[in-house]
Amino acid sequence: MSEKDLKNKKSDVAVDEDKRDFLFVTTAGLAVAGSALTVFSLIDTMNPAKDVLALSTTEVDLSPVEEGQSLTVMWRGKPIFIRHRTDSEISDASNVSVDELPHMASDESRVKNPKWLVVVGVCTHLGCVPLGQKIGDNKGEYGGWFCPCHGSHYDTSGRVRKGPAPLNLEIPPYEFVTDDIIKIG
Amino acid sequence: MKENTSEQNKGLTGWIDKRLPVFTFINHNLRDYPTPKNLNYFWNFGSLAGITLVIMIVTGILLAMQYTADTELAFDSVERIMRDVNNGWLLRYIHMNGASMFFIIVFIHIFRGLYYGSYKYPREILWMLGVVILLLMMATAFMGYVLPWGQMSFWGATVITNLFSAFPVVGDYIVTFLWGGFSVDNPTLTRFFVLHYLLPFGIVGVVALHLVALHQFGSNNPTGLDVKSEGDTIPFHPYYTVKDYLGLGVYLIVFAGLVFFAPNFLGHPDNYIPANPLQTPAHIVPEWYFLPFYAILRAVPDKLLGVLLMFAAVMVLFFLPWLDKHKVRSANFRPYYRQFYWLFILDCLVLGWVGAMPAEGVYVLISRVATAYYFGFFLIIMPFLSRFEKTTDLPSSISAAVISEKFDNKEPSSESYVK
Ligand code: HEM
Ligand code: FES
Repeated sequence: MSEKDLKNKKSDVAVDEDKRDFLFVTTAGLAVAGSALTVFSLIDTMNPAKDVLALSTTEVDLSPVEEGQSLTVMWRGKPIFIRHRTDSEISDASNVSVDELPHMASDESRVKNPKWLVVVGVCTHLGCVPLGQKIGDNKGEYGGWFCPCHGSHYDTSGRVRKGPAPLNLEIPPYEFVTDDIIKIG
Repeated sequence: MKENTSEQNKGLTGWIDKRLPVFTFINHNLRDYPTPKNLNYFWNFGSLAGITLVIMIVTGILLAMQYTADTELAFDSVERIMRDVNNGWLLRYIHMNGASMFFIIVFIHIFRGLYYGSYKYPREILWMLGVVILLLMMATAFMGYVLPWGQMSFWGATVITNLFSAFPVVGDYIVTFLWGGFSVDNPTLTRFFVLHYLLPFGIVGVVALHLVALHQFGSNNPTGLDVKSEGDTIPFHPYYTVKDYLGLGVYLIVFAGLVFFAPNFLGHPDNYIPANPLQTPAHIVPEWYFLPFYAILRAVPDKLLGVLLMFAAVMVLFFLPWLDKHKVRSANFRPYYRQFYWLFILDCLVLGWVGAMPAEGVYVLISRVATAYYFGFFLIIMPFLSRFEKTTDLPSSISAAVISEKFDNKEPSSESYVK
């Protein structure tokens, strides 16, 4: 724009710098806040939806599971291992000195009723489903579970004993609704 | 205009810019880019269209993460988006109304070009790329509307695909091919979903070419005169960035008003009824932005001719630079063209209105008259005026026009920026 044009402008009044800064900051501030809220709302659509969250509790009837047997149920799309432990499995699990474990935890701290072990059947290494639920499966060196992916061994309390997995099998939140029914989630 | 390239040679940006001149590119096209100084608000609609395209792609991708393209599941998956997905209603309403906003914006953008002669030398390819964008948009919008698999989706898809059956001999084969079967069914829905996802990226590509073509000669302007000196232009930034920004604010208010207060105003309630291949709704209408074309289709008693005319209604836009060869671009200086132009706008509105009416009685007559004017405007009036129309006095330059308007309050030569 040429000098002449500028002079021809209606207002020759000096620019009020403070006013201009104020307008700039408020405008930009509002735009940033608005965009941030919009982006947040849109990204939030990718979080679990209501119907997905509604699937987050599962009730399981334990009565058909005999001692020594296992049951796998689904909870939040993941397998839950439920094992009706024999007396020898319970004693194997509790007669270990906790200090020697890679991820220290006593058996009592991992069960609500020692007869029933309930764990998330997802290897804490990289997420494979360990073997040991079916008859004839390789249960690993400690009689619990064995993960075929990279060779992690879990004991009858679901604790990692050997292999690359860093943590014990996770315990899902659950409670006994009656003696025979548990509610997971 | 002096380019501040020197300051860009320093530091990391300078290092990158030397090897990959992105910063120079941005500077050329969004900062220093010399732009006519007299653009009015009708020049906001290009950037608004671009922003709308981005909004559509972002919301579309997020919707696709929740949507299922299967005739058994599609309708319910959309209802799930509305009820269960966090802010899913917002996502869907933005995308749904965004399509309408997109067409409003682009229609205004096109009518702007039509008024100011932006399709003329040297912007013919720019204009034709625009028409390609319009065609792609129409295809995308049509297929998008099919995805929720409601009654209007299904019957709209059936009617529109059946248009192709009008062609002799090959017609039925084309239709079967489009459907991937013997009726609109699962294969149709699946391919429509894939194409609905794909085509917008095609639009992005054509928009890029559109902008390359635009920046070759720069924007036209309300006087239609070429830029003659540096004094006719101002740098794009900050003058037009701030103007585009203001326009965007107003636009988003309107858009948000629609989304939050009348999200179904432009839609059809029948599309909330799941598709039923055994029952056609009593009154089927396309989305509002197709209504003028639909009216042309129904104006003609012959099936094939109706279909051809409907396609021709868009195709004729490709030939505009050669139908109107009048040397003066802007309608501001063409007293006759200007009147026919406003009549044409009215005609398009009439076509839109009659397209929503039942095809009987007086409506048929109205649609025929309106169709006749639609084509008459392009094929008869335009070529005729380009030979015989005398223009009013042209200003000597853009700057001269601006100054005379600001300071001699005599008869303004253009109403556009006086308002
Ligand atoms: C997705 C759709 C579209 C986008 C994103 C888009 C984008 C743009 C942008 C950013 C501009 C420059 C700003 C302006 O002059 O308003 C522009 C100019 C232009 N567009 Fe489009 N456009 C689209 C569709 C169309 C269509 C459908 C047509 C014509 C049939 C068209 C014809 C033109 C013309 C002729 C110009 C130059 C106008 C002038 O300089 O006077 N555009 N477009
Ligand atoms: S995932 Fe189980 S050992 Fe690697």
